[in-house]
Parts: sequence; structure tokens; C-alpha cells
Amino acid sequence: MTLVIKGGRIIDRDGERVVDVVIDNGVIAEVGTNLSGDRTLDAIGCIVSPGFVDLHTHLREPGREEAETVETGSRAAALGGYTAVVAMPNTEPTQDSIAVVNLVRSLGERAGLVEVMPAGAITIERAGKQLAPFAELAAAGVTLFTDDGNGVQDPLLMRRAMEYSLGLGITLAQHCEVSRLTDGAVMNEGSCCSHLGLPGWPRIAEELMVFRDIELARLTGASIHLLHLSTSRSVELVRAAKADGVTVTAEATPHHFTLTDETLRSFDSVFKVNPPLRTMADIEAIKAGLRDGTIDAIATDHAPHPQESKEQPLDQAPPGMLGLETALSLALGELDLDLLQTIALLSWKPAAIARLGARHGGPIAIGRPANVTVFDPDLSWTVKPSLLASKSRNTPYTGRTMRGKVRHTIFNGDPVVVDGTAQR
Amino acid sequence: MKHLRSIEELGAAGILSLLELTDHMVEINARPIPKVPALRGKNVVNIFFEDSTRTRLSFETAAKRLSADVMTFSVGTSSVNKGESLRDTIETVQAMGVDAFVIRHKSSGVPWQISNWTDASVINAGDGWHQHPTQALLDCYTIRQALGRKGGFEGLRIAIVGDIKHSRVARSDVQAFAALGAHVTLVAPPTLLPPSIEGWPVETSQDLDSLVGKVDVLYLLRMQRERMGEALIPSLREYTDRFGLTTDRARRLGDSTLVMHPGPMNRGVEIAVDPSELPGNVIIQQVANGVAVRMAVLFQLLGQGDSLA
Repeated sequence: MTLVIKGGRIIDRDGERVVDVVIDNGVIAEVGTNLSGDRTLDAIGCIVSPGFVDLHTHLREPGREEAETVETGSRAAALGGYTAVVAMPNTEPTQDSIAVVNLVRSLGERAGLVEVMPAGAITIERAGKQLAPFAELAAAGVTLFTDDGNGVQDPLLMRRAMEYSLGLGITLAQHCEVSRLTDGAVMNEGSCCSHLGLPGWPRIAEELMVFRDIELARLTGASIHLLHLSTSRSVELVRAAKADGVTVTAEATPHHFTLTDETLRSFDSVFKVNPPLRTMADIEAIKAGLRDGTIDAIATDHAPHPQESKEQPLDQAPPGMLGLETALSLALGELDLDLLQTIALLSWKPAAIARLGARHGGPIAIGRPANVTVFDPDLSWTVKPSLLASKSRNTPYTGRTMRGKVRHTIFNGDPVVVDGTAQR
Repeated sequence: MKHLRSIEELGAAGILSLLELTDHMVEINARPIPKVPALRGKNVVNIFFEDSTRTRLSFETAAKRLSADVMTFSVGTSSVNKGESLRDTIETVQAMGVDAFVIRHKSSGVPWQISNWTDASVINAGDGWHQHPTQALLDCYTIRQALGRKGGFEGLRIAIVGDIKHSRVARSDVQAFAALGAHVTLVAPPTLLPPSIEGWPVETSQDLDSLVGKVDVLYLLRMQRERMGEALIPSLREYTDRFGLTTDRARRLGDSTLVMHPGPMNRGVEIAVDPSELPGNVIIQQVANGVAVRMAVLFQLLGQGDSLA
């Protein structure tokens, strides 16, 4: 059975054109005008792009299935236009062994909505003491390693991790936080936290580790990726490192380029996230970094938490917010970038960082795997937590009207989202 | 006014009207039988998630003098059953019929969270490092009473000394004193100031000696011993030396300078002299006025018009 995407404007790394796309047996079979197939997906007025790739998704399974499962998170991802997500390793048990990594991957295959690419932990149980078996996990297909949720505190261990990673075809991703400086922290350190009497998370705690890891990467030659940059100085450090030729990439989340610490004046724990929401000046710096290529990718840090755990005092509520179903709209609405640049940040650039380029990120060309997103850049919609596919409801954008929505998502040739509805 | 969560949401006019109402309560408290039926049938629930003796007893006494029914429920946060969220706890108690919650919690913001989950009034009896509005009101009342002032604090110079960073009393007092027109100086080492005081209507100083004798009110905060473990001060000895009310400083205080402290006091640390030898010591009046101020707050939130007999 063939599938045709008709009437859309294709945007991929090769540029723009208005053509139909025929998909057959999971692969792009034809690209041209006036094509037809057994089933038609209307794309008039829509953008047809390579599927999005999220470098930073917490699927919570195994261990925290009350917050999210691989299936519910995959559905949220597909509805957000993603065809691949990197599943963060802070599961219980941790993704630090072949067994757990294979479990997560197979749960992803069973859900069949997106490619679930498990990240490995840098250290056993993310405890920061002993390296995880990089080579063994790399042989099982793991390309990205991180202790996300924790930064690797010990500089010697991080140096060794980088040295050991050389030649394995893997990238180490750091959650940049010197934890000694953030003990008990709830929100950005600054005038807002001072007023609210909440313990502050100083920007220097991020920037020190950004600096340390850039210098370690310069020393060792390892490939590193810096997760969820939140401060203007972090962006500057990465910009300078790239100019020097250090093999570093970086990501930013939609919440870090749309929300500030002022939101915490409501004392609503939905705005508690790690690293914390910062200030307008940081937002401007992150946007500039996304614009000039200093920041390579938009990543969601989709972090589901059940309502009851967020309905706790701010110091006890866990950090994190949903992101998969709102990322595209925020990127379109808030960044002031052209469509090509926006899609690059959501699709082929993160695909390259996760080394998923053979299957994801396009281009939309004959013979390529059919991982395709069709979105209407002008459709306006209002965020209602109860309508999100995630098992949790902790979106900070409740009630916000956004522009741009995914219409169809095709994963390995299978239309898993059609007209904004998940097909399974 | 539905809730009392911060001094900010009260404003100068709100503070002054509560201070006027407190005058009535002081009069009631001076009666042979200090009890009125104003809040008969109203149910006040004190939930103290953090230890407190004086504030809890003060609120209980205030509610009883107005004839409200009062329940007090003390829970260490750690003893709240894991799995029951804060919201569950509040909704459970609310189901028994509550007109006002009086909340003390070690985490900033809890009274705001609770006010989203209940129809009852919420009174903040201290949240984290954030606010303690009834303390600020009783401090304002005590200053007015001791200095025989009516109206605001124009021209008054107040120094607040010590651990501002971790102090809900300081945050509330700064807002209240400044709203009434006082000139406020925060005296502390930089480690005990908040990360930013941008927008605060205050000056700062590290030189207590230059202020002693020049201020009308010397407000000393409690110095918690555990702060030493956080490298915020080298030692209590050095703290007292720089920021304590030592014998030498006490001698240089004018007779009319008020000495205040929110309690409980670390004798020998913030105040290294016998407080009874300080002519301007009004620390005990602060406690006494606490009951009257809390009666005023409860009556303002729950009472009806002229029902105060």
C-alpha cells in the first residue's frame, strides 16, 4: 500500500519546494508533482519536513510509570511531530546496562509511534563514581551518554569518561550543575528569589561546569553535548569554544526561551524546573544562540510528574515540565527564525548529534526512510492539559494560545498521527 | 480582604486599619474577662508544619478570646504520610468545615498554594524565608505604642540586624516599616543578605557601631547556629563582636532607642547583655501585642462589621 502526502510545501536541508511525496514500504518512493497513492494525506497549506528528533525526553519507564510510560510518552512525541526521541537514563533501574537499554528500546518498538533511542548513563546508577560500560552499550547502539538529572561532579572521572569515549563513536552529554552550589535550590538566584525567600540556583553553578567540560573536551578531543543551557554566560562560553574548534554541541529547551523566574511569583510548582527558569536577558541570549548556531538543537527536557507530586511545597515538588506537545509551536511563535532554521533545530541538527542521521532528519528524497512531519504553521490552538497525550499534566503553558500544530506524523512510513490524532 | 499572606498585599492603608483595630483588641484584653463573642461559630484551624511555640499559642489565644472554635494540628513535615500531598492534607481538614487556616510552613509560598485549594481564609503564620505578616504587624504596633505615635513612621530610623537572608521577619518588617514611611537600614555581612536586594526600600551597612545611637529602633534577628556549617559566618564569637548588642554598644544606645527581637533569643549571641538592663527593651511587649494583633487579623477576615462588642 502506498501513501501520498499531497500539496504541502517541503522544507528540508536541501531547501524548499511544493511537491507531493509518495511513501512505499517505509521508504520515500517518489517526490514530484501530481502523484497519487492508495491513501492520501492532505498537506495543503502545510509544511512537510523531516521528522523531529528530541535529544532530551524523560519517558520514566521503567520505574516511574505513574508519571509516563514509553507508550504514552511516544504518543506525546508523535503528536508533537517527533519521529525519534532520546530517552534519558534516569530510570529505575538506571539505563546503565544492556538489559535496561534493550528493555526501553523494545518498549519503544512495541509502542511503534517513534524511534525510542535510549541514552546510556555515564556512571553506574548515575552515582558519579564508576564509569558505565560505554563500549558494550555502544555496541548495542547507544550513542549518547549522560547522567542527566545530575552533573558528573568529579573532574577526574569526567576527564576519564571523555578519554575513554574516544574512538567509540559516542558523545557525552552533560547536565551542567555544580551541585555544591545548588544545595536545596528551588529557583533562579536573583532578585525574584530574594523577594520570595526561596533558595537560589546561581547561574555560576551551570557556567563553571560548562567551562570545565569545554576545557576537558579541548584537552581530550572528546565530543561533548551540553544539555539545556539556561544562562547568557553559558551561551557565550559555548560560542567561544566553537570558534576555537572544540567539539562541543549544545541544546536549549522551549521553556528556557519563553518563561522567566517571575512565573514563580505564583508559587506554582509547575514552574519549578532544573536548571531553573532565568531572566529576560538569558532568554534573549539563548534566542541569539539558536539564531547564530551556537546552540545546535531545541530539546524538550520533557519531564512528566504526576499531579500529586507537584502539589507539594516548592522545596519538595520535583523539578520538570512537559514539553513534547508544545515545542514546535513555541519554536515557531517565539524564536523569530525562518522555517528552514527552525526545522533544522528540531530535526536534522539534533539527529546528527544523536547519530541518527541515517534514519532521521531527512532529506525528503527517494530512498530515504519515511520519517516525516506535516504541520500547519498558522493553526492556532489553546493548551489544555487534559487534552495532552502525556500521562502527566505538568505543562507550564495551560491556557496559552499558540500558533502552529502538527497535522500528520509518518514514522517509518506509518502514518501514526493523522489530522492531529494519534492512530494508536 | 480574604487572606493575610503577605504585608505586600496589605499595603500601608491595610496595615494602618489593622493597627487601629488592634487598639480595640488591646482594650478587650485589658478587661477582667478578656473575651468577646465576635467569632462564635467560626472554626479556625492552625496547621503548624514547623515547630513554633509563641506564634502557635498566640494565634490560639487570639481565636479563643474572640470565641472562635480552634483546632491546632502540629505536624513535622517529615511525619506527613508520604504519598499524601499537601493538597490532600488541606482538603481532608477542609472537609470538616473550616473558616480560616493559620499556616506555618518551612517552605516559602505554602499559604499561596493552600489558598488555591480551599475556600477558607488563609493566614500566613510564617512561610520559609518569605513572610510573617502578623509578626510585622505586631512589630509596627509595638513601635507605635512605645513611641506614642499615631499614623505612620515618617522620620523614624530603624536598623534590622543579622541574618536577613533567611528571615521571613526581615522581609515582612522591611515592607511594613517602609510602607509606613520609616528609613530602614539592613545591617549584616554580605553572606547574610539575600542574593539581590534590587528594589528593596532599604540601605545596607556592615557597621553597627556607626548606627548605634543614631537609630530609633534596633531590631535584632535570631542567629541560627546551623548557619556556621554553611560557611556564612566564621564563628558566633565573631558574629557577636560585629553584629551583637554587646555591653559597649548597649552603653552607647540612647535611653529612647527601642530594642526588639522576634524571639526566641540566643542569649549571648544577638544580645550579649542582660535585656532587663536595656531601657528601650520592648521584647516582652512584642509578645503581648502579638495576641491583640492576631485578634485584629482574625476579626478582620472572619468578623462581621460592628459585631465587636
